Amino acid sequence: MTGITLYDKLWNEHLVCIEPDGSALIYIDRQLVHEVTSPQAFEGLRLAGRKPWRIGANLAVVDHNVPTTGRDQGITDAVSRLQVETLDRNCAEFGITEFGLADPRQGIVHVIGPEQGAILPGMTVVCGDSHTSTHGAFGSLAFGIGTSEVEHVLATQCLVQRKAKNMLVLVDGQTESEVTAKDIALTIIGKIGTAGGTGYTIEFGGDAIRALSMEGRMTLCNMGIEAGARAGLVGVDETTIDYIKGRPFAPQGGAFEQAAAFWRDLRSDANAEFDIVIEIDAANIKPQVTWGTSPEMTVPVNALVPDPDQEKDPVKREGMIRALQYMDLKPGAHITDIRIDKVFVGSCTNGRIEDLRAAAEVARGKKKAASVKLVLIVPGSGLVKRQAEAEGLDRIFKDAGFEWRDPGCSMCLAMNADRLEPGERCASTSNRNFEGRQGYGGRTHLVSPAMAAAAAIYGHFVDISALAEKSPRAPTNPAASNGHSNKPKPHRRATPSVANSSKSKPTTKAKAQTRQPGKPKATGNTSATTPQPDKPKGRKKIETV
Amino acid sequence: MKPFRKINSRVVPLDRANVDTDAIIPKQFLKSIRRSGFGPYLFDEWRYLDRGEPDMDCSNRPLNLDFILNQPIYRNAGILLTRENFGCGSSREHAPWALADFGFRAIIAPSFADIFYNNCFKNGLLPIVLDSATVDHLFKECKPGYNLMVDLAEQSIVTHFGETLRFNIDPSRKHRLLNGLDDIDLTLQHAEAIKAFEAKRAAQAPWLFAVPR
Repeated sequence: MTGITLYDKLWNEHLVCIEPDGSALIYIDRQLVHEVTSPQAFEGLRLAGRKPWRIGANLAVVDHNVPTTGRDQGITDAVSRLQVETLDRNCAEFGITEFGLADPRQGIVHVIGPEQGAILPGMTVVCGDSHTSTHGAFGSLAFGIGTSEVEHVLATQCLVQRKAKNMLVLVDGQTESEVTAKDIALTIIGKIGTAGGTGYTIEFGGDAIRALSMEGRMTLCNMGIEAGARAGLVGVDETTIDYIKGRPFAPQGGAFEQAAAFWRDLRSDANAEFDIVIEIDAANIKPQVTWGTSPEMTVPVNALVPDPDQEKDPVKREGMIRALQYMDLKPGAHITDIRIDKVFVGSCTNGRIEDLRAAAEVARGKKKAASVKLVLIVPGSGLVKRQAEAEGLDRIFKDAGFEWRDPGCSMCLAMNADRLEPGERCASTSNRNFEGRQGYGGRTHLVSPAMAAAAAIYGHFVDISALAEKSPRAPTNPAASNGHSNKPKPHRRATPSVANSSKSKPTTKAKAQTRQPGKPKATGNTSATTPQPDKPKGRKKIETV
Repeated sequence: MKPFRKINSRVVPLDRANVDTDAIIPKQFLKSIRRSGFGPYLFDEWRYLDRGEPDMDCSNRPLNLDFILNQPIYRNAGILLTRENFGCGSSREHAPWALADFGFRAIIAPSFADIFYNNCFKNGLLPIVLDSATVDHLFKECKPGYNLMVDLAEQSIVTHFGETLRFNIDPSRKHRLLNGLDDIDLTLQHAEAIKAFEAKRAAQAPWLFAVPR
């Protein structure tokens, strides 16, 4: 019998009922709430005279609009202040737990949820924020919704959904030591495009994914939405369970063991079928830098800015020309020659402790380049900030001339005062390089935390692989920094190749299933020639193309 | 919700792929706690030459005359014709709010981002998916003054030149949009089923029902 995918298991487990027309009512276990996408939802409840269905399912925090300096003076921007105060009022009125501005646990919604143990495997998790995909790292079905749906979940604890298709992205082999989850994510997006995952839930599997810490998996699933997939997933293993143990909102003692036994089943069956399988060879992934205005416009740091003349599709070519114009870049330029004005380390993608450690490792004992105007280090939460200070990371940053800020979304979307000015160029650990995203007329290059810190030190992008060879201390690989992964440093490839040639070629399979003729599905079963979603470590290496 | 049945309207061709919701409505306007008033800031960074701020009076702002929406002939257009992956990025429902507030009732593209697509239906806005070749064909035909007639019940589009095109739509979404139904009311008709589901789940996995404090 054909096995089923993790996504299908989670879907089936949350199915309340199916309408005659095929749409399904799905139960939602957890809703995260923030100030930007919730005011109209609470107002809608009030106008209709409705009450929240299950108050305890919700957890709220202020993050998008909050200042990262001078918090003792409150929020000076009156419009932002009103929105933050509106969330405070709504949570007080409806009895929802909220981490307000003064709460030491306050931080980015997608950082504080997992940090508190409020995200557990097997949950359905929603939030009025596209990066809710982050929480799929826990084997939970997590996706972003609009404000009308926030209201719907508040009022009914359910959502009307259509089932997505299943995609497996298999990253097998070992990454080089300076390659992070961010580079894996950008490489995948570069391959399948920002619409590649539209209509799918993407499960990430393979050795390189298993080797990631929970924080790395969160980074990866977080960026799933940039590949078009509302939800990303990683199956549960001991890394997942170890991470959750002891967190405040997680079950404790005997209840934890009971839950953990349940969670261990939350992975795709070995013979599960996926609609599509993408294979990427981890060994070929390089540190990435985006050059354009869409996350799919990414190349390895040692490559060149691509040439639109080489693009055959006219719509894509037009997009490339527009992006190069906006970014003020010339085709054929070396990425490492691009000089930057500002650096941002933070966001729900890369604002966790391992990210800060990776940035600090590069910055230790160094100074920011004189040409770099500002380096913002914005921890993802108050607790991340406290941990970083306990480790002395704040001293490293301050000594390097970086700014050590209070937690929030900050310059990822620049709703607060942290932003780029027109024409400024930024090395950013955030998730979107859209036009104006980090400020009107600002230019964003997406990178990993270590790459961002290196750009701050040198004033331009640098290949941190080369840096690691010069320096006795290699940048920290987040995957190896939490004790779950002790993989050896792989041998470094001698010659860095240029442009896109160093990337692996994923295979998009859509061949017919032998057992179900005519069904356009690829397999993820146990035979030696087909990939499996969660190949245990140590099993025979499966050949990838 | 405002029902959508049939419209006959002018078409704006926005010939760009991957139009993201940051472009549709930039972040500074998301500070509003209201659901309306976003229309003047639709495509703000493309539409105006200055930097937009919340509550700005847009009547005196310098217009980017190269941007198609600023051509007087498109002032009252109700249909947007665009390229693949429209509405990608942020989940902000402010994007369909801004499009609807401006006066758009239907958007035609080869593909939409999932969250945006879903959000449209909550706001009486009809996203129509047509294959790339058909969209290309419409772009070629779409000169100033070009109209389309969209009929949701029939799932049809009649072009300016009388050609009839068909589109697919999920029957549940079609029904809700045609009748302007309130999704929450419909779901609450299943209140007993939800309660039963919840009770069973609480018995099997009690840890899911701990209240965060």
